[in-house]
Amino acid sequence: MSSTLETAAHPENLRRVVIDPVSRVEGHGKVTILLDDKNKVHQVRLHIVEFRGFEKFIQGRPYWEVPVMVQRLCGICPVSHHLAASKALDAIVGAKHLTPTAEKNRRLMHYGQILQSHALHFFHLCSPDLLFGFDSDVAKRNIIGVAEKHPDTAKRGVLLRKFGQEVIRHTAGKRVHGTGSVPGGVNKSLSVDERDTLLKDVYQMVSWSRDAVHLVKEMHHKNPELYNSFGAFRANYMSMVGFDGGMDLYHGRLRGRDENGQILFDGVDYQNYTQLIEEEVKNWSYMKFPYLKSLGKEKGWYRVGPLSRVQNCDFIPTPLAEVERREFMAYSGVMPMHAPLGYHWARMIEMLHAAEMIKDLLHDDDIMGSELMATGERGSEGVGVIEAPRGTLIHHYRVDENDLVTMCNLIVSTTHNNQAMNEAVRRVAQQYLHGHEITEGLLNHIEVAIRAFDPCLSCATHALGKMPLEVEVLGGAGERLSALSRSSAGVLCNTD
Amino acid sequence: MSQDKSFTLDGKTVPYQEGQTIIQAAMAAGHYIPHLCFNPEFKPHGSCKLCTVKANGRQTASCTQQAQPGMVVESDINELNDERRVLLQMLFVEGNHFCPSCEKSGNCQLQATAYELDMMSPHFDQFFPDRPVDASHAEYLLDFNRCILCSLCVRASRDVDGKNVFALSGRGIKSHLIVNAKSGHLADTDFSGSDKAAHVCPVGVILKKRVGFSVPIGQRTFDAQPISATPHPKVKGA
Repeated sequence: MSSTLETAAHPENLRRVVIDPVSRVEGHGKVTILLDDKNKVHQVRLHIVEFRGFEKFIQGRPYWEVPVMVQRLCGICPVSHHLAASKALDAIVGAKHLTPTAEKNRRLMHYGQILQSHALHFFHLCSPDLLFGFDSDVAKRNIIGVAEKHPDTAKRGVLLRKFGQEVIRHTAGKRVHGTGSVPGGVNKSLSVDERDTLLKDVYQMVSWSRDAVHLVKEMHHKNPELYNSFGAFRANYMSMVGFDGGMDLYHGRLRGRDENGQILFDGVDYQNYTQLIEEEVKNWSYMKFPYLKSLGKEKGWYRVGPLSRVQNCDFIPTPLAEVERREFMAYSGVMPMHAPLGYHWARMIEMLHAAEMIKDLLHDDDIMGSELMATGERGSEGVGVIEAPRGTLIHHYRVDENDLVTMCNLIVSTTHNNQAMNEAVRRVAQQYLHGHEITEGLLNHIEVAIRAFDPCLSCATHALGKMPLEVEVLGGAGERLSALSRSSAGVLCNTD
Repeated sequence: MSQDKSFTLDGKTVPYQEGQTIIQAAMAAGHYIPHLCFNPEFKPHGSCKLCTVKANGRQTASCTQQAQPGMVVESDINELNDERRVLLQMLFVEGNHFCPSCEKSGNCQLQATAYELDMMSPHFDQFFPDRPVDASHAEYLLDFNRCILCSLCVRASRDVDGKNVFALSGRGIKSHLIVNAKSGHLADTDFSGSDKAAHVCPVGVILKKRVGFSVPIGQRTFDAQPISATPHPKVKGA
C-alpha cells in the first residue's frame, strides 16, 4: 500500500509547486508537488510542521497539572486531551475503577466535545465545499455563504455546536479549557438545574443531528461518482471499540482491520500500545508515521477517525445512530468504504450518536451524584486512550516518587492519519491536478481532501476558503518561474 | 474609635485607629487598595509597592504609612493604576507565570490583581528564568517559577511558626526564595502542612500536593467577584 508518488525517481528536473502554508492543527503545514513540463504529477507530500514541545516541557511538572496543561495542545478538542491525560493518570493514583458519577460526567463531557467538534467541522468548515462545489465562487464558499443560501442549515450548525459547548461548560467549568476531570475522577457533578437546562434542548439536538446525517447521505446518493472516488485509497483502519464490540468513544480495547475489512487484531489493551504500534521518521516530514508493527512500515500504516470507527464497531449502542450505521454499511457494500468524503457521513452518524448519548446520560441520576473521586494503590506509569473527534488519541506518562512527570508520549489522531492524509492528497493531485494549470479551485480540492481528515487543519485558516496560500513554480535549477498567492481575504494574485 | 480620627480615600471618609496604616484602615472600612506583599495578619513589608498611594500629594506605600487625621489619600487614579500595571507586568515577565495550567488560577492574588487593573499583556520581554520545582517534601511542593518575593512565607515561618524555613537570598534582580536546609530541599526542613507558612502564599509557589484543580471553576476565590470586592478573610466584616 505504499505510495508511488511519495518520492519521484528524478526530482532534479521537475518543477516544484509548494502550497505553504496549508494550515494545520496549531501552526503550519504545506503541500509540495513536483510536476514535469506537461504538468504531470510525479511527487506529492503533505508536510505537517508539528511542534511537539508538550512532551518535553511537561517533564518535571506535577502530574495533577497535566490534564489541564496538555489540553492547550488544541483549541477545538481540548476535552479529548484533558480526558486522555486524566485516564492515563488514573493509573498513577490507583483509580482502577472510577465512581459511576465520575465516569458518567467524563463521558458527558466527552460526548459534548464530539458533538460540538463534529458540528463545527461539518457545518462551519466543510459544508460550503459540499453544498456549493469545490471550485465554486470562493467569495461565497464559506459559512456566511451557507447562512445566506441555506440559513436553516447554518443556524442548526451554530446551535448544535453551541449545545455541545454548553455540555462542556457544565461539566468542565468552561466551554474551552476547563478543569472538570482530575486524576481519579472529576471535581464536580451536574447540578439539577444544569441537568434540566441541557435536557430542555437535547431532543432538538438529536433531531437536528439525524437531519444532518440525512443531508450528507443525500449528497452521497446524488453524486456517488464524486463521493465514492474523490481522493479514494485503500487502507487498514484502527479504533477503540467497547468491550462488547460496540462503538464506545470513551473506553474500550483497540481493534484493527485490513483494507478488506478483515480483523487484524482485536481486544488489545491499550496499556500495551507500544507492542502494537511503532513510529517511523521520514527525512522530509516533521511528523512521525505510525504503523502496525506486525505488518511493517510499508503495509502497516492505517487510518483513524469517524470513517474507521463507524466501520470498525459491531454496532452503535444508541438506536437512531445504529439505524444510520446499518444504512451506511449497506451503501458501502461488502468492502469497507475508503473514500475520504465518507468521513463526513460517518462523522454525522457519530454526532447523532453523541446527541443520543448525552440524552441518555442526562436521564441518569448518577450524573448528579456526590461520589467524585476514587483512589487506590499508587502507580508510576499510565496510558490513556480516547477516541477524539478526529481519531484515536494516546497519552502515556511516567511519574516519579516525588509526583513529577518523567516521561510523556502523545500520539494524536493527526499523527495516526499522517500517511493516510498524504495518500488522499496524492490521489487528488493525480485525479485533478495532473496535466492542468493550477487554479484556486484546484488548490481547494487539495484542502477538501485534508479537511475530510482533520478539521484542525482547516480551522486554523479562520475563514473557510480564505486559507492564505502561496504557490511557487520553480525551475529545475530552483529558480522561481511564477507564483500565485491567495491572501487571507481570499484574493488571488500573481506575485511574480 | 474617635470620630475625628479619619482621612479621605478617593474622596470617601475613612476612620482609623491609632497606629493603623492607611491600608489597614482602608481594608477595615471595606475599601480596596491593590497589594501583594501586604497581609493583615503580618507586619507590613513594603516591598511590592502595589499599594502605593498619594497621601497629601506625595507617593507612599500605604502598608507602611500610618494614617493621619485629615490626610487626603488618592489611590484609584489613572496615574497610580498605570504604575501598578507596570509593576505587575514586570512581576509577570520576571517569573514563569503560566496561568492557563496553574492550579492557583482563580485563587491567585497576582492573577486577580492583574485582572483588577486591566493588565492586558505582559508588555515586556519574558525572562523565562530556569527555576526548579522542589517536590522533595511528601505533602507539599514548591514551584519557584511563580515566586514574587513577597516574603509572606518568610515572615510566617519566622514570626508565627518559629522555624525560619524560608528566606530571601541574593540582591536586586538576583533575589530569590531559598529553603533553609543544607541540601536546599524542603524535605530536609521541619516544614509541616500545619505551619502558617504553608497557607500564606498569595501565588502558586507553596502548594499542597495531589489536590490541584479539585475546586471547580466557579467556586474559586475570585470566580464570583473581583479581588476588589473580595475582602480578606481575616478582616473584620469579611
